[in-house]
Amino acid sequence: MANDYRKITLDGLWDNNPALVQLLGLCPLLAVTGTVVNAIGLGLASTIVLMGSNLSISMFRKFIPESVRLPVFVMIIASFVTCIELLMQAFTYELYTILGIFIPLIVTNCAIMGRADAFAIKNPVGASLLDGAMMGLGFTSVLVVLGGMREILGLGTLFSDMQLLFGPAAESWKLVILDDYVGFLFAILPPGAFVGMGLLIALKNIIDKRLEERRKQPATPVEPSGESRRVRVTGNIS
Amino acid sequence: MALIRITSPHAHRAGSTGNVMLTVLIATLPGLAALTFFFGWGSLIQIIWGTLLAVAMEAAIVRLRKRPVSFYLTDYSAVVTAVLLGLALPPFAPWWVMTVGIIVAIVIAKQLYGGMGNNPFNPAMVAYALLLVSFPVQMTNWAAPFVMTGEGWSVLSLGETLGAIFGSAGTAVDAHTMATPLDIMRHRGGFTTEEMWVENALLANGIGAWHAVSAAYFMGGVFLLYKKIFTWHTPVAMLGSLTIISTLFYLLMPDQFPDPFFHLTAGATMLGAFYIATDPVTSATSNRGKLWFGAGIGLLIFVIRSWGNYPDSVAFAVLLMNLCAPFIDQYTQPRSYGHAKPNRGMK
Repeated sequence: MANDYRKITLDGLWDNNPALVQLLGLCPLLAVTGTVVNAIGLGLASTIVLMGSNLSISMFRKFIPESVRLPVFVMIIASFVTCIELLMQAFTYELYTILGIFIPLIVTNCAIMGRADAFAIKNPVGASLLDGAMMGLGFTSVLVVLGGMREILGLGTLFSDMQLLFGPAAESWKLVILDDYVGFLFAILPPGAFVGMGLLIALKNIIDKRLEERRKQPATPVEPSGESRRVRVTGNIS
Repeated sequence: MALIRITSPHAHRAGSTGNVMLTVLIATLPGLAALTFFFGWGSLIQIIWGTLLAVAMEAAIVRLRKRPVSFYLTDYSAVVTAVLLGLALPPFAPWWVMTVGIIVAIVIAKQLYGGMGNNPFNPAMVAYALLLVSFPVQMTNWAAPFVMTGEGWSVLSLGETLGAIFGSAGTAVDAHTMATPLDIMRHRGGFTTEEMWVENALLANGIGAWHAVSAAYFMGGVFLLYKKIFTWHTPVAMLGSLTIISTLFYLLMPDQFPDPFFHLTAGATMLGAFYIATDPVTSATSNRGKLWFGAGIGLLIFVIRSWGNYPDSVAFAVLLMNLCAPFIDQYTQPRSYGHAKPNRGMK
């Protein structure tokens, strides 16, 4: 079972990453990753919804009839999203206004629906909760990396406006990478997100390929076994 | 992208990709000369800087891809991309604009798609569109032609131009820059086109410089046609459709739409018609396809110039039609010898 949990964790964070491998939830991924703070905000919100929906769907998996499972999933996910939306409205109002329509749109994030249908409905509560957390973290980490890339390229800063999420103390976290930076508007606009996403996927594929190659190489080269004795010389030598 | 093989009879032409590209480079010389004469050293410096970068990038990426470096460098396609981008960029654009442009053109638009012959979009135009979207201030500040500044031939000196491009943004340049005629036309506010010319008396004097540059591109284009680098179909269709649609609107509403001659000579129309739309890699393949391809570009240029957000539109029009080229190819397959009807669509 421990091995199983390890696989769930690896799947969510790397091997079956919802953003890099399954390419799910691309709409919010591309739309809001202009800065790191937006990325963290939306990533955390999605993660919480994903954990909640996986947990409850797994709890009720014996009672959900297969024919109406999708409407049931949508209802459950929508209620969690509403909770998150109200929470963000209460505690991080400015971030809530920046993220705007993309918070309610978490309902339509295919990654959440996908995990509910592919995992939570078939697996026990603990595994489902872990799966939700890891998938969410995998999604969030891609959002944050993409957000960081676009923020550095586009604005020349990193971690700006973190106070929107982490309170006034975080205001000083802002790093100015380049003074007098002109601003690379393309990176902030949606096309920049597509190109950045493509580069991230390419990077992941390169890393995977390198790992694969390293695994294939035998640890010790096979030694030829002493003197070779070939007795029969007629027929095919292969 | 040339997806479809044209059947016999083949017109055979001697000459490698390298020779074709060199001829194109020669044909850009009149345009470059006109730009340098009227607008100063900027374009020349941009082209030299761009070429150095492009060759270095191409060599680096080809090497990374473990392909023969000298083979790919001697087809001069990277140089052509750099020259076209250099001609299209404003002469006093800072050095990093060209740098970003070349990285995008060579690394992303060309090599990531598989290098020479495999890129679906014209690399120079991808770079231009990206730069225009990213750096609107730097990209819409064109040099003012000397005929407008008055006293004789008074463009910025070579040293001052180098300072403007590679140094910090100086104020010396500001006196020598202005919006392009298309930009002025776009942001003329409530004026009718006629009032615009009256309001901008300086522009009315200086428009000759842009006419001369377009004429020089046209001459280079005719030279390429004479050398049979491309057929007449794409440029004629593109200029023809632009002329027809702009004449139509000019006759209907002369207050709101500039005359067709303005459309043909302003901005990058001529550069686009002869050097960019005719790119053999990214345009349609068959002759009938080239007619559709060119006509689409002409139409889109007019539409985007008249109702779009950006002053010039050749780059966007070319990219949009690049996207359509495989589709056009699919539906304009020529009749193969011995068959009554051409093949159509997927079989």
